[in-house]
Amino acid sequence: MELLILIFLPLVGAIITSLLKGGSAKISALGFALVSLCVTIGLLTKFTPDATTQFAVNYPWIQQLGINFHVGIDGISMITVILTNVLMPLIILSSFKHEYKNANAFYALILFMQSGLLLVFTALDGFLFYIGWEAALIPIYFICAMWGGKDRIKVNMKFFVYTIAGSLFMLLGIIYLYLQNPAKNFDINAFYALNLDSYQQGWIFWAFFIAFAIKMPVFPFHTWQPDMYTEAPTPGTMLLSGIMLKMGIYGVIRWLLPIVPQGVNDWVCVAMILSVIGIVYASLIAFTQKDAKRLVAYSSIAHVGLIAAGIFTLSTQGMQGVMVQMLSHGINVIGLFFVLDIISSRLKTNKIEELGGLAKVAPKLAITFLIIVLGTVALPGTNGFIGEFLLLFSVYSYNAWLGLIAGLTIIFGAVYMLRMYQKVMLGETNALTISFTDIKGTEKVVLYTICVLIIVIGVYPKPILHLSEASVQHLLEQVNQKLTGVN
Amino acid sequence: MINSLLWLIPLLPLLGFVINGLGRNTFSKSLIGFIGSGVIFASFALSVALFFDLHSSVQKQFPVELFDWISAGNLHIPLSFLYDPLSAIMLLIITGIGFLIHLYSVGYMHDDVGFGKFFSYLNLFIFFMLILVLGSNYIVMFIGWEGVGLCSYLLIGFWYTNSNYASAAKKAFVMNRIGDLGFLLGVFLIFNTFGSVEFAKVFPQAASMMPGAGTITLITILLFIGACGKSAQLPLFTWLPDAMAGPTPVSALIHAATMVTAGIYMIARSSVLFDLAPTTQMIIAIIGTATALIAAIIALTQTDIKKVLAYSTVSQLGYMFLGLGVGAYTGSFFHVLTHAFFKALLFLGAGSVIHAMHHEQDMRHMGGLKSKLKITFATMMIGAIAIAGLPPFSGFFSKDEILAHAFEYNKVLWAIGLFTAFLTAFYMFRMMFLTFSGKYRGTHHAEEKIHESPKIMTYPLIVLAILAAIGGVINIPHVFGGNEWLAHWLTGAGIAQHELELSHATEFGLMGASVLAALIALFYAYTKYVKNAHVPVPDESKRSILAKISYNKFYLDEIYDAIITKPLDAFSRFFYRIIDKKVIDGLVNGFGWSATEGSKGLRLLQSGNVGFYIFMMVFGIIALLLYTYLSIA
Repeated sequence: MELLILIFLPLVGAIITSLLKGGSAKISALGFALVSLCVTIGLLTKFTPDATTQFAVNYPWIQQLGINFHVGIDGISMITVILTNVLMPLIILSSFKHEYKNANAFYALILFMQSGLLLVFTALDGFLFYIGWEAALIPIYFICAMWGGKDRIKVNMKFFVYTIAGSLFMLLGIIYLYLQNPAKNFDINAFYALNLDSYQQGWIFWAFFIAFAIKMPVFPFHTWQPDMYTEAPTPGTMLLSGIMLKMGIYGVIRWLLPIVPQGVNDWVCVAMILSVIGIVYASLIAFTQKDAKRLVAYSSIAHVGLIAAGIFTLSTQGMQGVMVQMLSHGINVIGLFFVLDIISSRLKTNKIEELGGLAKVAPKLAITFLIIVLGTVALPGTNGFIGEFLLLFSVYSYNAWLGLIAGLTIIFGAVYMLRMYQKVMLGETNALTISFTDIKGTEKVVLYTICVLIIVIGVYPKPILHLSEASVQHLLEQVNQKLTGVN
Repeated sequence: MINSLLWLIPLLPLLGFVINGLGRNTFSKSLIGFIGSGVIFASFALSVALFFDLHSSVQKQFPVELFDWISAGNLHIPLSFLYDPLSAIMLLIITGIGFLIHLYSVGYMHDDVGFGKFFSYLNLFIFFMLILVLGSNYIVMFIGWEGVGLCSYLLIGFWYTNSNYASAAKKAFVMNRIGDLGFLLGVFLIFNTFGSVEFAKVFPQAASMMPGAGTITLITILLFIGACGKSAQLPLFTWLPDAMAGPTPVSALIHAATMVTAGIYMIARSSVLFDLAPTTQMIIAIIGTATALIAAIIALTQTDIKKVLAYSTVSQLGYMFLGLGVGAYTGSFFHVLTHAFFKALLFLGAGSVIHAMHHEQDMRHMGGLKSKLKITFATMMIGAIAIAGLPPFSGFFSKDEILAHAFEYNKVLWAIGLFTAFLTAFYMFRMMFLTFSGKYRGTHHAEEKIHESPKIMTYPLIVLAILAAIGGVINIPHVFGGNEWLAHWLTGAGIAQHELELSHATEFGLMGASVLAALIALFYAYTKYVKNAHVPVPDESKRSILAKISYNKFYLDEIYDAIITKPLDAFSRFFYRIIDKKVIDGLVNGFGWSATEGSKGLRLLQSGNVGFYIFMMVFGIIALLLYTYLSIA
């Protein structure tokens, strides 16, 4: 029951918010996001960090097709639910300085999306997962199409082509599994129990992998992402980078590994190499980007590449690294985009060359921005280190050479991030930046919260690691058992 | 007492950082200075107390676990400390010299608007440095390792409105990170080999391994790469001279006395591993010697007083690595200690000169300051004699211990080391004479304002001068009837001692050679810069090829730019403009285009309305499901 409240509360919020006029829409949206956060904390207190699925609800929905409303939470889901519901209030609050046209529609779409995301992260029925997937995607099209930058239509179209292709592959995969399932339902446990040969598993692997790889995105399925991150309004970018891309990561863990372990085993090498290429490739591109938003977009591809590589190591360290890094990346990337939004809303530019010297006129922004940058470059003591350390360790243990190449991220990350920080914040002020004012009000609340999270998770990550460890191990055992069974 | 109080030593500077950080704009300068220096003094007092506790204790290893930090699968990394003879000495150096430099900074930074920020950064640095030496495993060491890198970044770029300074800061961070990757990979390999990263678990296991085993060699090489970054060795040393952009107390504390010796500390800490890897040791000895020589050659022609000291630091660090490579762990560590005294002294002295000269750093505009800056001159002279290796000052003992071991290991390395000692003495006295002797070469107007620094700056100089003079007593070799206290002390930290097998006559001969080299250099420098009053030529004048190479730092920055930075940027543009924009996007748009072309007949549906597409998509799903349903039914 609690879980239904968790999932549908934002939907109720979306409906109510859509009916409101003027400035009350954002307040309403924030209110609902905060209540959702409280519900999450409530769930967390009742949650036992073992391998079981908790708060499960299973209602028959479309019985003729074997579709059930089956949701539940284990440690892995819990991490993504926390991610969603912690970031949502921050994302909404960070938009408070903007006056969006048709604010009620804007905020209603965000809340609608939240419901979709929560459904994705809790669904235990293939069809339900797909519904959640699309429900989370549709609002972002509208958010970008209606409130985006000047190239929004073209960019949105490219995004659409990519995602529709991905969704289609995934849908085919799900339907295929459904057809193979003698019980003729979409239940995840039935999918887990299927006995598919390695040929079938290979096809399903690619159907799912392409869908998830586009979402994350993994090289070479990534070219929608920098354009989209640059053109979408900042809350849209934050939703995409902070939370939505985790749908892809979560999808791989929940719907790919345990269902087609043989397929994974056969193709893991390719997936791994693509992921690692993405790290170096995107980092290098970030070196010479002129637009700070685009630079952060490419840095995100690099970080996600490492996360993807960590998944495919199929090791506890790698998977636990993924868990922490999903959370950390979400926190850090929305922090980065918010800082850039603060700058562009005041100076109307994110061009690195036009900025400079902001530290002098905005010391508070300089400090918070620096902490976020340090989190992003994974300095020990920040949240980024915990995840990146575990991920790099797992990739290194998988293959030392891949570990070395993936490890370049700690050098390259420092290069492009510090370059951006230097060009934007350091040096002398210029005619444009001299008038810049420091952060205040809601900006302070958001950035200070992010900085506190960065340091707290970095110093004491144990609660988070503890939350998912049992579920992660259970999942890996499941995969291994099935693998040894097939062989 | 150790178990209950140890955690306070790093905590106090952290508190100082937080308090001064929050109060940087509201507190008075004297309060900030008091808090900033006070916490370090308190840490120092505790370090002294614990040192005596350890001294009188039979047990020499005190592990202190705070909490479980990272744990995943079979990987467990506790946040825990190890207090033993090695970390005990490091604590004394860091907090002791740290305290003196904090005091000095109260005077040096007095007129800077960022006074509060400066002290909070300095406290944060001490905190991370203490974590580095206290960590009981490689990962806690790595927290400190990267943390000091961060503070170094912040303090090099302290005057960040100057974009050259900001670039220097970035360069330091990035070059350190290259080393850090090596360190991290080394630690991964350690874990996969020994199943732990705790010193107490790794070293006993390693001790039973075969010397020269491939794994150990690889581990030690990777760790050494880490040390090259942090301790500015070839090919990663070029950040250190640029780091002189930071305020001078920072150069003294971070870029001379403490942080840059972290690599030596780490290798000394891991001596069990390095002793098993003769190949790595040989590489270390060669890299160390080469760095010592090249940096000394560069120092010969520099005209910026801080740059001379910076290259001198690189060169001295090279000596320390030579020592590590030839197995003279105590000698190296001894040199860390004495170098901390005399190099901190020289930097602070240079700072006093710069302070007096109102931020002039070019020695061509100095001269004749001896009479105006009496204390600064006298103390710096002691530092110069100490680094030149003239007895009985501290540098003589530590440098000769390294050279004696080098002689035993390989005569060529020893000869280069000796030649470097000659160069060292020369450029040091060149710096002293150019600065303090002869006639003043600046403007008359500026000359009137030159004055000795305030007491809060000169007192630390005096204390350091005393230490630089007598610091050698802690490890007087047997040949002089000493008892090698430091060597005995460090055996308590599991650092093996390699006794010299040279006869006393040979040892005396080696010392005689190095003293002679230093004296010749002194004489030559005196003749050139005092008697003949030679002044280095302006930047744009013609130089001989050798002088050109030295003056332009072997063109290393230009070479790195050409072979690393430029190609990477070219790749960056190629990937972005060609692969991303043309190839991949081309394919995606190709799909879109063919879809459009192929569906000209269905043009009416191509309304460009995303909402309509979505509707179609949902419709399609339902139709598909319906079809499936019907086919089952």
